[in-house]
Amino acid sequence: MYVYDEYDQRIVEDRVKQFRDQTRRYLAGELSGEEFRPLRLQNGLYIQRFAPMLRVAVPYGLMSSAQVRMMAKIARDYDKGYAHISTRQNVQFNWPDLEDVPDILAELATVQMHAIQTSGNCIRNTTTDQFAGVAKDELIDPRPWCEIIRQWSTFHPEFTHLPRKFKIAVNGAVSDRAAIEVHDIGLEAVQNAAGELGFRVSVGGGLGRTPIVGSFINEFLPWQHLISYLDAILRVYNRYGRRDNKYKARIKILVKALTPEVFAERVDAEWAHLKDGPTTLTEAEVARVAAHFIDPAYAALADQDAALAQLDAEHPGFARWRQRNTFAHKRPGYVAVTLSLKPTGVAPGDVTDKQLDAIADLADRYSFGEVRNSHNQNIILADVEQAQLFTLWGELRENGFATPNVGLLTDIICCPGGDFCSLANAKSIPIAEAIQRRFDDLDYLFDIGNIDLNISGCMNACGHHHVGHIGILGVDKKGQEFYQVSLGGSAGRDASLAQILGPSFAEADMADVIDKIIKVYVEQRTDEESFLDTFRRVGVDPFKERVYAANH
Amino acid sequence: MQRIIKNGQVLDETWHLLPKDATLDGISNCDDLIVPLALWREHAHALKARDGGLGVWLEAGEEIEEIADQLDNFQVIALNFPAFTDGRHCSSAYLLRTRYGYKGEVRAIGDVLRDQLLSYQRVGFDAFALRADKDPLDALKAFEEFSEVYQASADQPQPLFRRRA
Repeated sequence: MYVYDEYDQRIVEDRVKQFRDQTRRYLAGELSGEEFRPLRLQNGLYIQRFAPMLRVAVPYGLMSSAQVRMMAKIARDYDKGYAHISTRQNVQFNWPDLEDVPDILAELATVQMHAIQTSGNCIRNTTTDQFAGVAKDELIDPRPWCEIIRQWSTFHPEFTHLPRKFKIAVNGAVSDRAAIEVHDIGLEAVQNAAGELGFRVSVGGGLGRTPIVGSFINEFLPWQHLISYLDAILRVYNRYGRRDNKYKARIKILVKALTPEVFAERVDAEWAHLKDGPTTLTEAEVARVAAHFIDPAYAALADQDAALAQLDAEHPGFARWRQRNTFAHKRPGYVAVTLSLKPTGVAPGDVTDKQLDAIADLADRYSFGEVRNSHNQNIILADVEQAQLFTLWGELRENGFATPNVGLLTDIICCPGGDFCSLANAKSIPIAEAIQRRFDDLDYLFDIGNIDLNISGCMNACGHHHVGHIGILGVDKKGQEFYQVSLGGSAGRDASLAQILGPSFAEADMADVIDKIIKVYVEQRTDEESFLDTFRRVGVDPFKERVYAANH
Repeated sequence: MQRIIKNGQVLDETWHLLPKDATLDGISNCDDLIVPLALWREHAHALKARDGGLGVWLEAGEEIEEIADQLDNFQVIALNFPAFTDGRHCSSAYLLRTRYGYKGEVRAIGDVLRDQLLSYQRVGFDAFALRADKDPLDALKAFEEFSEVYQASADQPQPLFRRRA
């Protein structure tokens, strides 16, 4: 993974000192709450329902075991003993004291971490595929490009007060596991006919109260021009994005208002001045950054198909776990393992300090000392020897990470909701739990197959409900919490937005509603047809009829 | 008398910033004036004929392109921040310096606070009229907070990746 040089380290340490002084001035009354607000937000510090929430940056989701141990230490020393993996692959702490944040940042800096630009109206953490660098379907490893973008975006002086937050995702694979089309900018690695590397650029995607799938405005941007082109997009947005209404301030509104074609013309006109200038990327710089992401010292191994098949036969639980929680690796004899943070009864994405220490330990022993956070709020050991899978499975079970539900209905993406978040209209964690309890039969879950169930406690859509195959949105009706259900969303390639089923439901009805939706799918599906495929074929009506029939 | 930060020093203000609805009536011939863009649009000829210094100021929504071919007329270009959270003029200043080659004073006015000064300086501002309740001497510390930057901007045309040892 990327290791700081003296420049990176100095910038982060300077930031710690700067924020310590900003906090001091705020506490001393020299800075008003209003003046401090964007400063703390650009350092990931929210004032939440019960306490501040600190969002620590995890660039493109990658952490070393030393960094994971630091997360454990912070959870223990400054929080209530747990942390939360967010849908932007970051780590959140829900209970730190404002006064402690400078000390937390100082501790983070010792392991090359920080909380820079994890919130606020600036360029946020760039995200990517949790299987970057190990996936078989990869054209390029997106991580060096994410790191190049991280450096460009960190304290970019021109773009620190944008109209709204700004999120970039990079995909280097055939499948899109980074949800690029629902980001402000999505970058997809592509090769042209001459075999040269470039990026296909999507702009203006995003969720929130106006969900929009992005438009591709450039089919082939040569890699040398990545930064100058990003500068051009951001400049157009910074100058012409709406600032009169925060709900219309995202770049997607500007792109839609201008049309993607006109927006692309504006960007090209701006880019014409920047192209081939000093920000043009050099082979030397790309090589310097990419050298941090070369393969670890893989052993020369053969695939263990027969041995694993035998273990599967002897241990059905292992077979089930292997089927759901492992991912094929580009190297023979290796596999990527997802640690499910979605056992029933635990808030999705939550992990305790002890579990974090255990993860660090497992990473050291099984996966070259690295982990990744996924935007599905799980943690991945990306480089596990197949021959060690059975032993690892035993250890994961002891630590509560072996729930064999990755990609299934109970692997729910869920925002912290009204239990923690001051923006939320409704709780989301108890809904996730009620659904997990209803679908506690593993055979049935496996039979249902891949389903993205995403829950957001408000229309800010942190739980990405618009792109869930099943989406649930918490809504407030006269002070009471209700839940709106939508179907047919997808964050993958050819992303789509879910359609609202109809009137919302009470909390107590939610598990029944999901149950009915699943039953319609099971009845309607043809062989091997996924939930999403069935939905796209039969449409929303059969689901609507079943779910609302009982109410009449 | 208001004091401003100019090139890293706190100085007494000598320019007069005319309000948005200013007219030519009663304008002195010799004072150094920063006039609103509307007045310049209307009365460029008369303003140029004065003996005093001339500057112009732009609202956040007014585009720098409007004066890009007239920059020789101004010793000062002031860019107004209606709120410190409105970053539009960061792009304006950058364009003034890098695209239009303006060498005179680029001044931040309006809701100008210490914690934004460093990024303003990076994009090309060299003068800062802080909000009246803020202490410019205290604000000077902002320029010392970082010793290195990643990106190219008006102050540093070479990104760090071209400067790394």
